[in-house]
Amino acid sequence: MADIVLDKVSKRFPDGTVAVQDVDLEIADGEFVILVGPSGCGKSTTLNMIAGLEDISSGELRIAGQRVNDKAPRDRDIAMVFQSYALYPNMTVRENMAFPLRLAKMDKDAINEKVDEAAKVLELTALLDRKPANLSGGQRQRVAMGRAIVRQPKAFLMDEPLSNLDAKLRVQMRTVVSRLQKQLGTTTVYVTHDQTEAMTLGDRVVIMRGGAVQQVGRPQELYDHPGNLFVAGFIGSPSMNFLHAAMEDGKLRTALGDVPIGERIRRQLEAGDAPRELILGVRPEHFEDAELVDEDTRRRGMEFEAPVDIVESMGSDKYVYFTVEGERASAAELEELAADAGAADFTGAGSSLVTRLSAESPVAEGQNRRVWFNLEKIHLFDPANGRNLTLHEGRAAGALAD
Amino acid sequence: MTLPATPTGAEVAAAETERPTGRHAAVPTQRTGRRGRAPLSENKKAERRLGWLLCAPAALVMVAVTAYPISYSVWLSLQRFDLRFPDQREFIGLENYVTVLTNQFWWTAFGVTMLITVVTVAIELVLGMGLALIMHRTLVGRGIVRTAALIPYGIVTVVAAFSWRYAWTPGTGYLANLMSDGAPLTERASSLAIIMLAEIWKTTPFMALLLMAGLALVPEDLLKAASTDGATSWQRFTKVMLPVMKPAILVALLFRTLDAFRVFDNIFVLTAGGNETSSVSMLAYNNLIRGLNLGIGSTMSVLIFITVAIIAFTFVKLFGTAAPGSSDEERR
Repeated sequence: MADIVLDKVSKRFPDGTVAVQDVDLEIADGEFVILVGPSGCGKSTTLNMIAGLEDISSGELRIAGQRVNDKAPRDRDIAMVFQSYALYPNMTVRENMAFPLRLAKMDKDAINEKVDEAAKVLELTALLDRKPANLSGGQRQRVAMGRAIVRQPKAFLMDEPLSNLDAKLRVQMRTVVSRLQKQLGTTTVYVTHDQTEAMTLGDRVVIMRGGAVQQVGRPQELYDHPGNLFVAGFIGSPSMNFLHAAMEDGKLRTALGDVPIGERIRRQLEAGDAPRELILGVRPEHFEDAELVDEDTRRRGMEFEAPVDIVESMGSDKYVYFTVEGERASAAELEELAADAGAADFTGAGSSLVTRLSAESPVAEGQNRRVWFNLEKIHLFDPANGRNLTLHEGRAAGALAD
Repeated sequence: MTLPATPTGAEVAAAETERPTGRHAAVPTQRTGRRGRAPLSENKKAERRLGWLLCAPAALVMVAVTAYPISYSVWLSLQRFDLRFPDQREFIGLENYVTVLTNQFWWTAFGVTMLITVVTVAIELVLGMGLALIMHRTLVGRGIVRTAALIPYGIVTVVAAFSWRYAWTPGTGYLANLMSDGAPLTERASSLAIIMLAEIWKTTPFMALLLMAGLALVPEDLLKAASTDGATSWQRFTKVMLPVMKPAILVALLFRTLDAFRVFDNIFVLTAGGNETSSVSMLAYNNLIRGLNLGIGSTMSVLIFITVAIIAFTFVKLFGTAAPGSSDEERR
């Protein structure tokens, strides 16, 4: 067990591309840290550098206080789990799990004992004599985990370990991973592109984009107080709604009407170099059917009316899609997020608004509906650099804060 | 589970082929067990007929170009048939085989051939693996490296053999001049060594090419996993790469063994079989074409054919159990 420290770690490839830039990260002993981001953000490269599978171009990597930049993977005492499982096809499950121990020249009885123990934890005992080819995806993944835990390494590195599993199994395995990590208390770095996995698994989440760290924090913190447009758009499902907003006469002109702003934001926006055009962000759950909002709550937000496009009933609540007129919010971050979701060339006309309304709402497709939204929960972003302007001392305070 | 009044096996099979998705859940017990014995449905029969029809042209060509010559040489091998004495042609059963198999020239040639086969294939495997690893790992100038490595294989064997012969010719050859004692192609041991050298030089690239295809089959993640598991590069090679590559290695070995066993052109050019350096192919050629003894020559050809068939059969048997991770390996 050990802590892992990345000190300005960078990766430059010979052709000049920078995959990872100046990543600073301190992972405490026993912590479960998730690296998350869209494809090509450098998360896997970072993990490979920790593992020693990629050279570090500059910066320092310390495991348990010891500089390991130049150590081979086998001397770092870490175990890695791969998306492809990477099981040795010629060996049985037992041999696969025993492989690292055999390389460490442990004696046979001790190996058998450890393998049996790990197999028991992962419920693999019945499969020990099978070859990987005869296992299902979930079983293979458990064997890969088993191979990692038998050695009791200083740290686990997991590279999208659940991405090849089907959706239901993935949810199951998520709890297995989580429980295992808590039981063993081993420092774990986990790479994923799935924000749900990141939110549910980690003690802390590191959001990466273009080789740089965007924000590090506990899942809820990232959700409630995103530091920039990218983090706001990446975390949350369905994701945050972004609307174009223009600063006029001390108010924000948006497709949802004129949004009043508080004293602090006003001062900030009236400064000389402040942007005139902004991006307004509202999460789907901060909308509500106006009929269902009581007086007290109503005062904290504002209302608008829009035609209902689609209603998706989830049972516990309803996802309602509205079409709103007006300019689309545009920023480099948003395009990247859309590209990652595979929707870059699929936009449709006008802006679409996703809202999560109470299940009791009688909303129906095709009608116009009055909707309330919470002004205390909205975020304002600078489209030029993506910064969250509503953030005050690390906490988002909404547009009304004084 | 309640089943409907059981339909006949044929009906079940028909229903299954026509509606592949519908019935599976309902009749699992009937699916297993009975299916093999059930008479084929119309659909299946038509499909099978089409299969035979599609194979027919290729099968006919095969019969014309291989089956006929093979059976003809078997027929010839059972006769006393020397073109110099055509009147004495006569069916003599296996007498030719007795003659050949009790003849010391045959066994010498057989020994030489085996020696050349084993030594060259073994060395080619090692060198070829090295070359394959180099070609696989090279990042800069990949195309040039691969092309350069393949040049020997691209040269016509006879041409290459002549260049070797000139190189070893005393007085004028650059390789012969390096040696003090003159004429290596006039002695048996050095002749064989030179023949093997020429063979290895020529066919190592081919071996490397086949092995490189096998290397491409080893997933990068597997090697990464092995290195985090604590394997040195040699352990990664022996414990991970080689087992995964085993099928490719066997294919390469099979191809090269069969080729090497039929060695002819290098010997023909370099020594013409002098000093007991004949291979079995050389011997068969000498009897058949030069000696015009169709009976004995054909007998030798048939024996070569049988040996090659045994080698191929052995390798194919090895494949069957060796393919790692083959999905039905353990279910059987």
